[in-house]
Amino acid sequence: MADVGHESAVKHVTGAAIYVDDITPAVEQCYVAIGGSSIAFGEITHIDLKEVRASDGVVDVIVAADVPGHKDIGPVFSGDPLLAESWVEFVGQPVFAVLARTHQQARRAAKKAVIAYREQPPVLTLADAKAGDLTVRPPHTMQRGEVEEVMSGAAHQISSTVVVGGQEHFYLEGQVARAVADEDGGVLVNTSNQNPTEAQKLVAEVLGLPMHAVVVETRRMGGGFGGKETQANACCCLAAIFAVRNRCAVVCRLSRVDDMTMTGKRHPFEHHYRVGFSNDGAIEALDFELNGLCGMSPDLSDAIVDRAMFHCDNAYFLPHVKIVGNRYKTHTVSHTAFRGFGGPQGMLAIETVIDEIAFALGIDPLDVRKRNLYGPRTGVVTPYYQEVVNDTVPRIIESLESTSDYRSRRKSVAAFNRSHSTLKKGIALTPVKFGISFTATHLNQGAALIHLYTDGSLHLNHGGTEMGQGLFIKVAQIVSAELGISVDDIKVSATRTDKVPNTSPTAASSGTDINGMAAKIAAQSLKERLITHLCEAYSCVESAITFDASGVHIDGEADLSWQELATTAWLARVSLSATGYYRTPDIYYDRDKARGHPFLYYANGAAVSEVVIDTLTGEYKLLRVDILHDVGNSVNPQVDIGQIEGGFIQGVGWLTTEELKWDSNGKLLTDSPATYKIPAIGDAPAVFNVSLLDDSSNAQNTVMRSKAVGEPPLMLALSTWSAIRQAVAACVENGRFPALNAPATPEEILRCIRLVSS
Amino acid sequence: MPETVVLRFLLNQTLVEEPDLPPDLTVLDYLREHRRLTGTKEGCASGDCGACTVVIASEVNGSLQYKSINSCIALVGDLHGRQLITVEHLADGDKLHMVQQSMVDYHGSQCGFCTPGFVMSLFALSKERAVQEESRRSLIMSYLGGNLCRCTGYRPIIDAANSMLDQTAVQQDQFDQCETQTIELLQSINSQQSSSGFLRPESLNQLFELKAQFPAAPVVSGCTDFGLEITQRLQSFETIISTTSVAELNTISLQEGVWRIGAGCTIGHLLTTLGPLHNDIRELLQRYGSTQVRNAATVGGNLGNASPIGDLPPLLIALNARVVLKSSGAERVLPLAQFFIDYKKTQLAQNEIISAVLFDEQRLQGDGEFRIYKVSKRIDDDISTVCAAFHWQPSNTDGGRLTAAFGGMAAIPKRAATLESAAKDILAGTFDPVDAALALEKDFTPIGDARASAAYRIEVAKNLFVRFVLECRAGEADQPLKLSDVAHG
Repeated sequence: MADVGHESAVKHVTGAAIYVDDITPAVEQCYVAIGGSSIAFGEITHIDLKEVRASDGVVDVIVAADVPGHKDIGPVFSGDPLLAESWVEFVGQPVFAVLARTHQQARRAAKKAVIAYREQPPVLTLADAKAGDLTVRPPHTMQRGEVEEVMSGAAHQISSTVVVGGQEHFYLEGQVARAVADEDGGVLVNTSNQNPTEAQKLVAEVLGLPMHAVVVETRRMGGGFGGKETQANACCCLAAIFAVRNRCAVVCRLSRVDDMTMTGKRHPFEHHYRVGFSNDGAIEALDFELNGLCGMSPDLSDAIVDRAMFHCDNAYFLPHVKIVGNRYKTHTVSHTAFRGFGGPQGMLAIETVIDEIAFALGIDPLDVRKRNLYGPRTGVVTPYYQEVVNDTVPRIIESLESTSDYRSRRKSVAAFNRSHSTLKKGIALTPVKFGISFTATHLNQGAALIHLYTDGSLHLNHGGTEMGQGLFIKVAQIVSAELGISVDDIKVSATRTDKVPNTSPTAASSGTDINGMAAKIAAQSLKERLITHLCEAYSCVESAITFDASGVHIDGEADLSWQELATTAWLARVSLSATGYYRTPDIYYDRDKARGHPFLYYANGAAVSEVVIDTLTGEYKLLRVDILHDVGNSVNPQVDIGQIEGGFIQGVGWLTTEELKWDSNGKLLTDSPATYKIPAIGDAPAVFNVSLLDDSSNAQNTVMRSKAVGEPPLMLALSTWSAIRQAVAACVENGRFPALNAPATPEEILRCIRLVSS
Repeated sequence: MPETVVLRFLLNQTLVEEPDLPPDLTVLDYLREHRRLTGTKEGCASGDCGACTVVIASEVNGSLQYKSINSCIALVGDLHGRQLITVEHLADGDKLHMVQQSMVDYHGSQCGFCTPGFVMSLFALSKERAVQEESRRSLIMSYLGGNLCRCTGYRPIIDAANSMLDQTAVQQDQFDQCETQTIELLQSINSQQSSSGFLRPESLNQLFELKAQFPAAPVVSGCTDFGLEITQRLQSFETIISTTSVAELNTISLQEGVWRIGAGCTIGHLLTTLGPLHNDIRELLQRYGSTQVRNAATVGGNLGNASPIGDLPPLLIALNARVVLKSSGAERVLPLAQFFIDYKKTQLAQNEIISAVLFDEQRLQGDGEFRIYKVSKRIDDDISTVCAAFHWQPSNTDGGRLTAAFGGMAAIPKRAATLESAAKDILAGTFDPVDAALALEKDFTPIGDARASAAYRIEVAKNLFVRFVLECRAGEADQPLKLSDVAHG
């Protein structure tokens, strides 16, 4: 398709795009600040809010008892009180909220609360959680084959541990919602939110209203990345409660520090593994224990740890395998969805295993990777019994190995390392195989609504939200391709719960797959009506009719513009509004048996990273990256490349500079961009070659035969992490395995250099 | 209170008069809340993300100088007599500015929230004259290093910047075209006025008078740290004294072999002047905050703030710099190393200000060796985990003399006395730098914090001394020792 940019690009660059906090204020508009717990775990014994109420500009103050309806906003399981009632379980947990005339007044007032606690020692580490058997959900196991028997017979066995840090989303636009009450006591909420339907349901619940009384609208987010799938809802609920209580417009916007303190992050994990393998590096048996640190509540952790389990095979066949996924509870903020949804953490486990096998055998890790890929030589059945079909990983690796010049560069890296002692280089190629579909099967549905107006312009609405990923333009392109109408004549409007109801979150990379397909079906339905009308009006056959950007053409009979077409159809009393509904076929999963076909297909890619590290300080630089990624038949190559590059760099951040640190009292130390470092422009590699896999069409019948692209590229960054490990390994001859943890901060790299030298 | 006067500045091309703004109002809040110009975004309200970037144009020697700043930590009173340009002002009617068009053409925006900030940093970059082809990449990195983007991975923005520089080399924009009128308008603004409570003395004498009159009022210059008092610690201030207009504080000179750096000089000014003198000084100053921060932050602010992790003190201490402290009618000069007393405490008396820093030209020339190393989690726009500056003065009589100054290793920026006396002849083959560096364990007991553990700090401090010795011993043509020396794969 042609080079079509983001639908809001011009509005972005002129500052005209309106985010929630940019909405013109109402005459009566007030602002919320949240007062949070100062301790990690304990019982509230007394709350004194006199000073808060007396503070300048304060209009209203609420505590848990003031929440009129449900008090818990847990998305799947309960455990997330909107405001703490008696117990607090993390530093920053909301205890009360204050409404004031200005944002600054609200924040100042919130600092004046006096809250007394009966403190308990918090559980902050995996060891403590394990010792106390403290979990948010029960463990889950996937198993196939005879692990113990094969393990004991394997030529080589290794057991080890790798620690994986979490990640702050750091969407540039913090959490924000704005609520206005209506005449019936209901409420309209504008929110930066990946899941408007969930927000609608929760706002209705906390207000004790039916869902029809609540409308939630999301025009766009200033970044989401999973951080606005469940974490955006507290602001919606608080704004709504205040709006109804005070009959004014209410904005609840978190300051950056509050946002980083009060909202969940990517789950930290600690993986234990035992692997048995052959002399040529073939994995024979693998025993994984994946321990997710979930924070204080279940939130989405059940599905997230499941997805880690679904991806700890990555692209490799595991003949005999057992995977246990644990969901430990800690007294920190509840960890949540983040691009990849546990998949990256799971994939990191197997890539560590591969690196360790290669190290033990003294062979190129790429050869171990290739030796273990799914395929006829090894096997095609995953640990959850889905067969891997139409796998493009072997073709991608073969192509990338050649275009990136991997083998000769590996030799150059070795030569560099022989002649340099202070600096060491490393290079690595890692693949990605990422399962596409929500593993909660019921979420795999989408819906859309289109209206053709009599002037020939088309209004498009669907259940997906726009967070920068280009969903709106992609869906518009799909409708344009189906109807022939120009993208310029289509307006994609804000996601609204009263237009398309009961939607799924825009998550799991599913946005285009489900909403695009629904919009296509809506367009087909409208087109069929128009064709029927034209066949009657012009006494022609369907094959005589063609649609394009200029309008409709009836062979030898007439050419109508879109305006003429719409007007004549309207005069002939043809409905010009259509809905489309789509549900993903052929997916099922029996969790009790840990067997099924949870994914419609897999998205694939691979990356080569070359790094150099400074052995005196542990600092590193990413020198060159080559990526080949399979997006099927791309709906919008420019948007897809943007997702690949952006996802990759976000993954690099997770694995290198982005370090979450809590102190021994459970307080987050890295609570602002001064201490939490996401990649800056200088961290992008000087050489960054990104290509889409040629001649690839999704074997599944997805919209335009494309493949989902939101999450998979993030995991390409494992190549950078693995390359750092190769560089550390080069520091000494015959040293120990560089058991690098993530993130590979300079400090971690230096620790690992010491480790291999010891 | 001083008599109420009016704040006057240009908002784009319009002369604005604001009689009644609080002195602690940030430029960002002014734009968003008072003017309803919501294109400029709040990402962090601490100067760390660049989403709020705006451009300030000032008349300098008859032409306009354009500087990007973080509006979230800039105070509205400092706009007096200047032109404020925001993302809403760049397009000429319906025609996008070439900076904006490049961002659209190269798909430089995804979620769009950081985009106005990038556009304004790129606009400031577009005002760089005569950009050499070979310095382009580093210039782009420098101008955009303080703008965080979480979506794109930056590649398309770098491409947009390159394309934009191709165009600005040959095209003028509307700002260039009305430069003369803009300057005339700016000159028409009476420089002595400013908003109530935000005091802008124009001489040291006035400054001391105001200080005496308002002893509780903070004396600020760039506000890159002070701004956080307002936006993060939620303090309010009725009176603020800004040194920005005190000309005597804003000059750098070299006289009789002594560099004199006015305390009001920005880090950007310092970079332009001292950067060419020494590669490590240039690198360090290029990594000081971001362009937006360097355009506002001042030398005096960095010293007066007395942070143990400030970037200037180790550099200046190793240069044997002296700090000039002035009060009304009196002046004293202290070695900078003695200026810092304890965590965030200095020798500065209540009636004094820091007026300048002095160091000898000879210190950077002659046969000495001078190196500075900054170690941080992220290369750009990060605060030092450890910063080390070493000066080695060889001597025929006793081998030589080492000066070693560290940041991030103690409650104050500090010299490593034990190491200094242990290192008498670092060039001699018998001198083992690894062994000598153990002295640092006596000199420092650093803390662990969000940036790194105490153990890492000690280890890196030792290794940096080892690097210094290796570099002193290595010839020009020897192997690269630093990451910045390595070209891509």
